[in-house]
Formats: sequence, C-alpha cells, structure tokens
Amino acid sequence: MQKLKTFPKGGVHPPEHKLSAGSPIETLPVSGRVAIPVVQHLGAPAEPVVQRGEEVKVGQLLAKGTGFVSANVHAPVSGKVFRIDKKFDASGYKRTSVIIDINGDDWDPEIDRSTTLRKEITASREEIIEKVQAAGIVGMGGATFPTHVKLNVPRGKKADILIINGVECEPFLTADHRLMLERGEELVVGIRILMKALAVTTAVIGIENNKPDAIDHLTKLTADEPGITVQPLKVKYPQGGEKQLIKAITGREVPSGGLPVDVGAVVHNVGTTLAAYEAVQKNKPLIERIVTVTGKSVAKPSNFLVRIGTPISALIDAAGGLPEDTGKVVLGGPMMGKAVSKLDIPVTKGTSGVLIIPDNEAHRAPVEPCIRCAKCVSVCPMGLEPYLLMDLGVYEKFERAQNERVMDCIECGSCSYICPADRPLLDYIRLDKLRVGEMIRKARQAAK
Amino acid sequence: MDKLLTVSMSPHAHGRDTTPKLMLGVVIALLPAWAASVWFFGWGALYVPVLSVLFSVIFEYLIAKYLLKKEPSIRDGSAVVTGLLLAFTLPVNIPVWILAIGTLVAIGVGKMSFGGLGTNPFNPALVGRVFLFISFPVQMTSWPLPKGFATADAVTGATPLGLLKEGMRQGEHVANMVRELPTNYDMFMGHMGGSMGEVAAVALLLGFLYLLWRRIITWHIPVTILTTVFLFSGLMWLINPADNASPVFHLLSGGLMLGAIFMATDYVTSPMTPQGMVWYGVGIGLLTVIIRRWGAYPEGVQFAILIMNAFVPLINMYVKPKRFGEVKKNG
Amino acid sequence: MSDIVLYTVISLTLLGILAAVILYFVAQKFKVVEDPRIDAVEEVLPHANCGGCGYPGCRPFAEACVKADSLDDLFCPVGGNEVMAKVAEILGLEAVEAEPRVAVIRCQGSYEHRPRTSRYEGASTCAIEHALYTGDTDCPYGCLGLGDCVAACDFEALFMDEKTGLPYVIDENCVACGACVEACPRDIIELRKRNKRDRKIFVSCINEEKGGVARQYCKVACIGCSKCFQVCPFDAITMGNNLAFIDSDACKLCRKCVVVCPTDSILEINFPPRKEPKEVKPAAAKKAVPPKQEKAAPAVAAAKETVAVKEKEQEKEKKAENIPAEEKASEKDAGGEDEKKKEAGGSSPEEKKGS
Repeated sequence: MQKLKTFPKGGVHPPEHKLSAGSPIETLPVSGRVAIPVVQHLGAPAEPVVQRGEEVKVGQLLAKGTGFVSANVHAPVSGKVFRIDKKFDASGYKRTSVIIDINGDDWDPEIDRSTTLRKEITASREEIIEKVQAAGIVGMGGATFPTHVKLNVPRGKKADILIINGVECEPFLTADHRLMLERGEELVVGIRILMKALAVTTAVIGIENNKPDAIDHLTKLTADEPGITVQPLKVKYPQGGEKQLIKAITGREVPSGGLPVDVGAVVHNVGTTLAAYEAVQKNKPLIERIVTVTGKSVAKPSNFLVRIGTPISALIDAAGGLPEDTGKVVLGGPMMGKAVSKLDIPVTKGTSGVLIIPDNEAHRAPVEPCIRCAKCVSVCPMGLEPYLLMDLGVYEKFERAQNERVMDCIECGSCSYICPADRPLLDYIRLDKLRVGEMIRKARQAAK
Repeated sequence: MDKLLTVSMSPHAHGRDTTPKLMLGVVIALLPAWAASVWFFGWGALYVPVLSVLFSVIFEYLIAKYLLKKEPSIRDGSAVVTGLLLAFTLPVNIPVWILAIGTLVAIGVGKMSFGGLGTNPFNPALVGRVFLFISFPVQMTSWPLPKGFATADAVTGATPLGLLKEGMRQGEHVANMVRELPTNYDMFMGHMGGSMGEVAAVALLLGFLYLLWRRIITWHIPVTILTTVFLFSGLMWLINPADNASPVFHLLSGGLMLGAIFMATDYVTSPMTPQGMVWYGVGIGLLTVIIRRWGAYPEGVQFAILIMNAFVPLINMYVKPKRFGEVKKNG
Repeated sequence: MSDIVLYTVISLTLLGILAAVILYFVAQKFKVVEDPRIDAVEEVLPHANCGGCGYPGCRPFAEACVKADSLDDLFCPVGGNEVMAKVAEILGLEAVEAEPRVAVIRCQGSYEHRPRTSRYEGASTCAIEHALYTGDTDCPYGCLGLGDCVAACDFEALFMDEKTGLPYVIDENCVACGACVEACPRDIIELRKRNKRDRKIFVSCINEEKGGVARQYCKVACIGCSKCFQVCPFDAITMGNNLAFIDSDACKLCRKCVVVCPTDSILEINFPPRKEPKEVKPAAAKKAVPPKQEKAAPAVAAAKETVAVKEKEQEKEKKAENIPAEEKASEKDAGGEDEKKKEAGGSSPEEKKGS
C-alpha cells in the first residue's frame, strides 16, 4: 500500500455513514410525466429546441447550450413534449423545464446501447472535445461545470496531470464508490480519453482510504496502463474539493482566483469520466446518472442508475419509501447538499444523492454567542477566518470581507460543522459572497 | 405529506462539540491540579474552589437576569471555569468574604460588564485575581506552606519567587539563596508555597495533555510561552548566573504553568490564528520574565497575560492565517 | 527644598511654552480650510445619517450640496421640502420641490392567505433565505417575513406583525428614505406618493405568475385579470407580466379598482367608510377604517373620526411595540397638537357660514 496523502491545512472528519456502500447499482425505470430543467449546469442557460406536442426519442437534443460555458440537454426518455413551463427544481425556484409524457423507451438509433467495452480510442483530440460538448457533459460531483470547458486548455497554459476524483469525501454518498467497483473497465478507458483530450501522459485516481475495495480494484485494472496510477488518500473532508485534491496529490496550490490548469492540473470526477467514455465510444449523451438514496432511517439504502428527470420521490419509494420521521431531504451529501422543500423535483446532472435526515437531526441548535475558540479558523481548508467573515456579513461590511478573501471560500461547511456555538457561519459567508459578487460585477460594468 | 420539510443552508451535519462540552473538558483538565492542591493544602483546597464556582455562577445568573435583563446563560459552563480558575490563583487560607468580592469582580467587571461570554477583552479570572492582589495584599500574599493532607494548621510563608525577590532586594546572590529555595524536583511535584492550583507542575502538565488530546486547545500558546520564558531567562542566566535564577526555576515556580496552560489559552481572550497565538505566547513569555526580574512584584504571569490580552484585537487584525493559494504562480 | 519647587515650576513652564509654540506651528501648517457653509448646511439637516439621500451620512451630503451648482439631484427625504428650502437659502440656490413619499408593503401573504409549504431554518435574514429558495411558502415573489426591512429602518416606521408574518408601515414615522426598499431582496416595498391623510390605494402583490399559479401560492395574489385596468378612469393602472400596477402620481383615489378586484389584492387604506358597506370586501375592510355612524355629517366630521380612530390605533400599536415611554409621549403630544390645529382649521368654515 502506498503512503497516504492528504491536504495539509484544515478539514474535518465527520462520521462517514456509508450505509449504501454494499448495495450494487440498480437500474430504476421511470414512467409517467417528467420535467427536464434546461439549466442543469453552471453557466448560461440552454435554449429549448423542441416544440410543444413534439415526439422525442431518448438522446434527442431538448435544449441547446448558448455560448461556450453552457451545456446541451438531451431527452432522457422518449415520448411527447407536454409543454415547456417553469417547474420547481433543486435550485429552490421554478425554472424553465421541458415536460415530457413518457411513451415507451424509444432510443435514438445513433446511440450504441450494447455493453461491450470499446477500448480503442479512434476519435482525435478535437473530436473528443466536440463529442463531450455535444453530449452535454458537466462535472457530476455536484459543481456541474461544463466539462468541455475544462478540456479546452486555454492558450498559453499547459496541463501535465489529470486527476480523477474518486474521493467521495461527503458522508453517506456511495455513488462514485459503486461506480468505481462496477464500471471500472469503462472508467479506465474514460481516463484514457480525457488524457488524450488534454494531451497529458499522467493520470492519478485519488481515492480515500475508506474505500479499500475500490482502491484494490482500480489498482489491478490500471496495472497495465502506463501513466495511470491510483493514489490512496487519508479520509478527510473536504478532500474532494478540486483545490484540496490537487494539493493533496501534487502538492501544488492553485493560486487564489486562479484555475487548476494554472498549476498544470485538471480534475474530473469519476462520474464525468464515465460519461465521457459513453459519449465518445458509444455516442450516448448524458441522460442518466448514478444516485445514492440513503439516510439513517431509510429502509433500503441504495444506489440507482436513473434517467435525468426522474422525480426524487420515485427514488425514495424505490429505497423503501419516505420514513415516518423524515425532517429534511437533501440533494447531495450532508456537508454541501441542498435541502429541498418538495419531493416532486427531478434528478439533474449534478444530483449525486438523495439524503433523508430524520427529524431529530434535521434541526439546527439555537445560536449561542461566539466564544472565539478559533476552531473555525483551524478547520478552514482555505485559510480564511470564518468567524470574522460572518461578523462582516452581519454588519454588512462587504468591502472588508472582500479584502479578507471571502471569494476564496469553497463553501465546504467545515466551519459551521465544527462551531461549538452552532453559529450559522456559512450562511453569512454566502451572503458576503453574494454581495461581494454584486460589487465585483458592478465595478466591471463601471469599468466598461 | 402532512409534515413540512425543513430547509436550511448546508452543512446539514454538525460536529459533537458544544460550548458546555468544551468547558467541561477544561474542568476535567483542572482536576489533577485540584487533587494535588487538596493533597498539599488540606480540606481548604477542596471547599474554596467549590465556593468560588458557586459564587461565580450565582453572580452571573443575577447579573444577567436583573442587570442585563437577558436570558441567563449559565448553562454554557463558562462561569464554572472562571470560578475554578480564580480559586486556583488564590491562597488556600483566603477569607470567604474576599473570595466573594473576587468572584464578583471577575464575573461582574471582567465578563458581564462587556456583555457576557465571548465579548470580554480580559481574562475574567485574572481580573478578579489582580483586583484582590492589589486590594488585599496582606491576605493575598500569606501563602500557606504545604504541610500535607492531615495537618490542620498551615504555616504561612513566601513563595519561591517571593523569596527570590526579597533576597535580591537585599542584594544577596542568587547562588547563595539556593539553600532556602525548594529544589527543582519539589517544585515540579508541587512541594512549595503558592496559590492553590499553581503548585504542582506535574498535575498541570497532565491537564495540558488532556486538553491537547481532546483538541480543546492547540499547543501553540502554552508551548511558545514556556519556550520563551526558558530561552529568555536561560540567556540572562548564562550571561550573569549570580543575579539571575535558572531557567528551570523560572519554568517551575509561580503561576507560569497554570497561566500558560489554562489562563493564556482562554478562548475569548486569546488570538484566533495559530500565527497570532505564537506572537501572543512570545509576548507573554517575555513580559513574565521582565516583570519577575525587574518589576516590583515577584510574579509577573498574571500581568503579562492581561497586557497581552489587550493586544489580542490588534493581533487578530494584523496577523492573518496563511491563505490557501497565496503563492507565486508556480510553473 | 524651595530650590526643587522653583526648578520644577520653571522647567514645567518652559515645557508648556515649548509645547504651545510647537502646537501653534503644527496647527498653522496642517490647517484645513473648510467651507463654513458645510457646517451651516449640516446644521439644518436632520442628523439622521440614514443614507436615504444616497450619501453615507448627513455631513457628506452637506459637502455634496455645497459643492454642487444646483440642487437638482440632491434631496434629503427625511427633511423633505422644508429642509431643502433651508439648504437652498444658505447656498443661494433654488430648491427642487419633491412630492413627499411613503413606503408601502406590496404583499399580503399572511399566514392566513399563503399556505406554508416548508420550514426555513438558519440565519434570520431575508437575503439569505432568498438566496436559498422560495421561502417557506411557494411564492417566489412574496414577503419572506424575516424583517430585513425592519432592521434597515432607522425611524421606527416599520414593524413586524406577529400575527400575519408581514411588516407594516407606520405612516407618521416614515420619511421615505428608501432604506427598506434597498434592504428587501424581493423588491416588495415601494415608495409611493403620500396623499392627503395618508390615503393610499395600491396593488399589494408583485406576483408575475399566471392567474391560476398565483392563486395556488396565495389567496390574495394579483391574477392579472385587468378588471382594475378597465375600470380606471384616469389611466393610472398599467398591466404587465400578469400584474397590475397603479401609478401613485396618476391615481386620483377614486377607489373604483378596489371594488372590482376579484382577489382583494388592491388595498385602500385610511379611507372613510363607504356608503354601502356591503361592497367593501372583507380583506379591505380589515385595513380600512371601520364604518361609523353619522352619515349626514360633513366631511370634516368624518375626518375627525378618522383622526380619532387613527390615534387609538397608534396607541395600541405603540403599546404593543414597547417603545420607550418618553418617546411615545412626545410623539403623541406633537401629533395631538397638529390635530388640534387641523380641527380648529376645519371648524372655521362653519363659523363663517354662521356669520
């Protein structure tokens, strides 16, 4: 076993609760009516290209990305477009969605639906990036940043290492873990594809040490693959953060306000890598993903392969139904996931899990005065001072917050997690970021 | 669905640390020192801290309820820690009425007048102690000598540092005073005159290890204070051993251990960043030795900590943690 | 001994003289020449430092006034025309008259009218809740009820109503500084023209959803039916984004729109009772002054009634809010005097008639 690596500064270690780690991936069919949001990524919204009443096939383009930092959305099901309307989604607001009445499962004939492994990569570098962009692939770890943007290394910069993020540092979630165990062969081809697209010769798969079976499995698979290695990592949250992972594996620090490629590294999630394999080798756009449904009182914690657009209520039903004592439903993990107010919202490209928190753990304890214990400062992986940033948010001193580097915050939530006085540190830091962001935009407009 | 879902911002998990738990941890860390003081000073060392804690909690409750008119927050346990720490800095034969005044000043002036937990600039226990020290110098400096657990009547005498100061004032050579001073081993084990909680260095170090293990405090403040005192006094001792006590003597005597481990590390009144903690610790170490060597009082830890407490906002303002990504673009 | 005293006196005196000389030269060297008019202007400003004028405080506003060539873009909403006239006098400029304005809350989504669909927990500010999701109701436009506007108000003119979960404006205290408008993340609060006796009619909803959806969110939502638009004789109402909007400058307070609104989303406030109380919709009746007797009495009597009722209401509100007793008394006294004057003025025409 190799020496364990990790990032040096900050971090916490919440209880892991990987309840669904032993549940193999099940394919979950979907029926009825589904809503497909046209914004499932960071960046400019996609523009719907289908009409009301139109029949669509699985894999057909529903909405086209506008501009470079944007992503296409494809039909994950076949059927008739009921209408294009605003529907609640994970953002907590209503957003434009294409609503489809499902009828059968009629796939676009261009898509290769066989399960045979296609190892040989015939596509050229440009073709790969083109296909990834056409397939609407976004970062599937949760950030949903369009993948083709990351594959397009800006002029004057050079990537020398590809890091595959199999860390899954969020407690409870096991989607990536199962993916590495069950789809390892395809994943390795996916890595080759991304390496070709980036023109790098080294790729490192970072996996936390609490998934020894995944580490063993991938180590075996990559034994004959020159340039690809598996790096076990010490269990520490937020190791799955891009900057933390780069630091842990290469020791390089992404400069404040810079991009990973500034230090020659590009990070892709394992889910994204698999999607790239399917897009390039099988012509399959991003229409399904693996979602963990878990929680302490969930009857059957599971990992499902579901079509985008499946309502999360269907996933919860398949995992044994909504428990009696449900207090909170979170899309994603407990540290960075988004709590939702209703259950008919659809799975999107960035939904890595559905976490059901029982009522007795769903509430925040009353806020007590700050005792200045400095724990938030010591756990902040970005070297910020959360207690100060919160105060600056409360007293609306946003210029100072900007000087205190609030925009570096990755919103990992370690500070709120550790605070013994249960202060809503991250809530106010988000307010800071919101206001500072507005200030920066205003300043930019003024400069124009 | 009949029940409404709760929605809040992430994170949706919370660690197990709470303010009362941290305070309880500090109390547990103080237990060895308490046991040692009961061993050395008898029953008095058992009930004085209990009384002190009782007074502190009652005063905090009354002040919060009737003067500040807010919900009393004695549940957080900080008053218990303040009361206990104050008692540890007093001689065991302290009259109860002086103890009551001390806790009133510690809680009322040191803490509640600034708005309660989290807002006081100075360590409340030290505020109480310094107030008593200046107001009642006779009672506060008649240190009982440890006579063992069974002895009822304690004999009072000076602390090792008091002896040293007195001797130097009379122009005696430090080397000549060594006979009167306790041995290093005695001081390490706590066999010397002094306040209740400060005598047994070994017990305090045990508490320190517990605090580190529970991650209640980090090593920065105590280690930098002790290192600075050792190096600075050691330097002077090397230059002029006749006029200066040995660095080991400085480390083990007086309230240095108690101050470095429990007083200076008080959350509210210490800096927020590791870098700031180092500056703060160095400041306390230097000031302690300076006051001990050249000041009017034999002991300087209390004043050193209070002075550095005043610098904490400044340290927090200017000493920032190393930001992630604050590097020259590499490559 | 006397020598010591002597030396002390001499040395201290010399030190004093030296210090004085240094101070004199320093003061000369670093003397800041400031326009004395800045002080004069600042003196007449209300010293509220509310920022309603767009400057950080009263002093910077005074500096801006003195620097400016005309007072066109400068207005102190707190002091109003009176103070601006004084400023203009000091500077020898012409003051621009501005209509006095008052804040109104354009949401009626009380607990009663809007079903709660989730529970929000976390930092108690609207800005954060707004960033997170639609809030504890499904309405993405409505009031979040955490009181950012109340916190922003420096004039004790905005308070939270515990029963409805909505803020309400105390018209007498509102100076239209706009701090609440700025603070509200959903832009619910609007500054409208202040009419006589603080009467106001406005669409108390900013929901841009289609009618059916809007009704799902909230019973008293504007559904964009344009009935008010059709009935308005003064073209004061505009329709857009499934929403009606009444221009307060064009509105003549005829109240025709209030009657036709099918969802009671148009509010009339501080109006005398209608002749046929049947027409008054239940929601509007709550806010409007309750009907009283004396139908035949002239308008003066009605006005008196309103004033009396208003005073009572004010008292109740103030008791509820626990405002320090002294302030209450002084405000009430001031208000009482004004009203006495009004009453005196109102009764004079009758006397004239008699003579």
